[in-house]
Amino acid sequence: MRASVRRQIRLPLPAKRVWELVGDPSRLPEWFDGIVSATVEGSSRTIVTGGGIAMPEQIVTNDSLQRRFQYRITSPLMREHLSTIDVIDLDDSTSLVSYSADADPASMALVIAGAAGAALRNLCSVLEGNQMEPSA
Amino acid sequence: MGRKILLVTTDQQRYDTIGANGGTLGRTPVIDALAAEGYRYERAIPQSVVCMPSRSTILTGQHPSTHGVWMNGVPLPRDAPSVAALLRDAGYRTALIGKAHFEPFIDPFMRFVENALAQKGTVPSGGAHRGFEHLELASHGAAGPLHYARWLRENHPEFASMFYSALDGDLQVNAAGGGDTGAPQVHFNAVPRDCYHTDWVADRTIAWLSSLDASDDWFAWMSFPDPHHPWDPPQTELGRIDWRDVPLPAGYPQSAPEREAILDAKPRHWRMWYDGTLVSNFEAPTGWVPATLTAEQVREVNARNAVECELIDEAIGRVMGAIETRGWGDQVDVIFTTDHGEFQGDFGLLFKGPYHVDSLMRLPLVWRPAPVSCNAPGVVSSPVGLVDLAPTIASIAGLAKPEWMQGRVLPSPDATPGLDDGSDLATHSPREEVLTEWDSELYGVSVYLRTVSTSQWVCTAYLPGTLYDGSEGELYNLADDPLQQVNLWDDPLRRSQRDDLLSLLWERQPQRRSPRLDLEAPV
Repeated sequence: MRASVRRQIRLPLPAKRVWELVGDPSRLPEWFDGIVSATVEGSSRTIVTGGGIAMPEQIVTNDSLQRRFQYRITSPLMREHLSTIDVIDLDDSTSLVSYSADADPASMALVIAGAAGAALRNLCSVLEGNQMEPSA
Repeated sequence: MGRKILLVTTDQQRYDTIGANGGTLGRTPVIDALAAEGYRYERAIPQSVVCMPSRSTILTGQHPSTHGVWMNGVPLPRDAPSVAALLRDAGYRTALIGKAHFEPFIDPFMRFVENALAQKGTVPSGGAHRGFEHLELASHGAAGPLHYARWLRENHPEFASMFYSALDGDLQVNAAGGGDTGAPQVHFNAVPRDCYHTDWVADRTIAWLSSLDASDDWFAWMSFPDPHHPWDPPQTELGRIDWRDVPLPAGYPQSAPEREAILDAKPRHWRMWYDGTLVSNFEAPTGWVPATLTAEQVREVNARNAVECELIDEAIGRVMGAIETRGWGDQVDVIFTTDHGEFQGDFGLLFKGPYHVDSLMRLPLVWRPAPVSCNAPGVVSSPVGLVDLAPTIASIAGLAKPEWMQGRVLPSPDATPGLDDGSDLATHSPREEVLTEWDSELYGVSVYLRTVSTSQWVCTAYLPGTLYDGSEGELYNLADDPLQQVNLWDDPLRRSQRDDLLSLLWERQPQRRSPRLDLEAPV
């Protein structure tokens, strides 16, 4: 079974500023709690989770005009996966950031989007110079 | 020096599984003795019928709407109020040993303290987590990052693969059957008893108690993961109860037409789950169809469940013995309960879900006050809630109930009923009603229930969701229908009763947390 799960947040920050962080695939550990490293080589990225799991990913879209980033996890844990991050300019110096995960198995969509929701809540404080809270 | 407090919880245990409540399948002499020496509650009701919201209620003394953990997978905020923190601030030593589950289990990112802690030890950074200075955690098997699983893998790796895998390769609740009957989540487990998590929880509790000074005041939450599925107790213990001799429960309609007629008189998600056309939440295997459940499977599940309850009872007995050895016997209050119930064959169902009936809502609850307090034992028949545990624990410690706690101190058998004037006496007064709630939103299916239970009635209103428009509900008269098989919601003769209960339900709704917390994992 597959599922599609989305999380979003409205930030009091211009989209351009948010995209500078979100659109850089190597900076993911700065704002996504539970990802300890991200190594980018061309269109491939490998992240390592706080649980020590290495996840190979393929970067599908990194479009700074639309401010859209998409990637697929290519680990055998997934039969299918596509995550999409959109940073949308709301024309009033605020922005809407959405992070959606489509995955089979369904549980993985919720695991990824659930963690992404927490990451989105971190974004504002990270962009304003505050550190993420440690997990233990 | 104050009274010391041992809170014992199990996971997913029915009211009728202990001898003091009339259970005849498993022997529970230790809990029965605590009940005989203290207070036995005949209608203890959870505020949610799944683990994380219910456990969060025990810790905070708040309803799920208020603490915000509306379903498994929603983490309790780190700064949520905690009765353990209240006691620690008052000088108590505090520990949580066994199953916590205030934070999701499925956590590949290792974002949650409960999951990350076991890699580092038993003392959280900052000195405490949720008020507990010592945490040694376990879940239902040998998988995952928690202390018990790590201990088993490091010290007895030969047993780690013998447990049933509660989740399958897709991280769904495993539907695979086993045992003699092929029942789901039943499995032969060759792990020796002394390596099983029930005995481990007792061992670690005893070890922590041994580390304390005799004069310390302490609060220990000993939290057994059983008898929650999977039903895979050490197979050396299965001979205690032959499943072939187990009677079918009174709540199990033995013919399919009888089962289906009962289900069809309830809101439609009951029958849809039974037929395998809907799983509204993560609490039951999506790959298993309840209509396939056989009488033999019900017998085997119930036998294994009773074996697990016996092991828990014996483990509590060992801890009580250690407390006596320390010379604390007269000074310790013991509270025994669970987080929610289990169908175990009622209505032809297993597991749990959005079903507010006694199978899931009538819980065992015993409070044995410290003998030094000289309280007379007895039975309380008025409804109480798990929301009342935190105020009770605070009261035992001699602390005033903080404003953030929504419950009352559990009434004694001789408490004055009917007081609700906000006075200190009213805090100890029996309740008229207890509330339970359910919110689930999973993969496009949403179900929302609000329930009020009184001594005689259970009334559940369905809020609008993807299955219901808000006009549906359930109404049961416990006096005439103790198995809740006859839904009176649409009975015109009961309309005024229903309206009165709904007025009470809406009048007593707790404050809702805002903004609403996100679902962050399946469980």
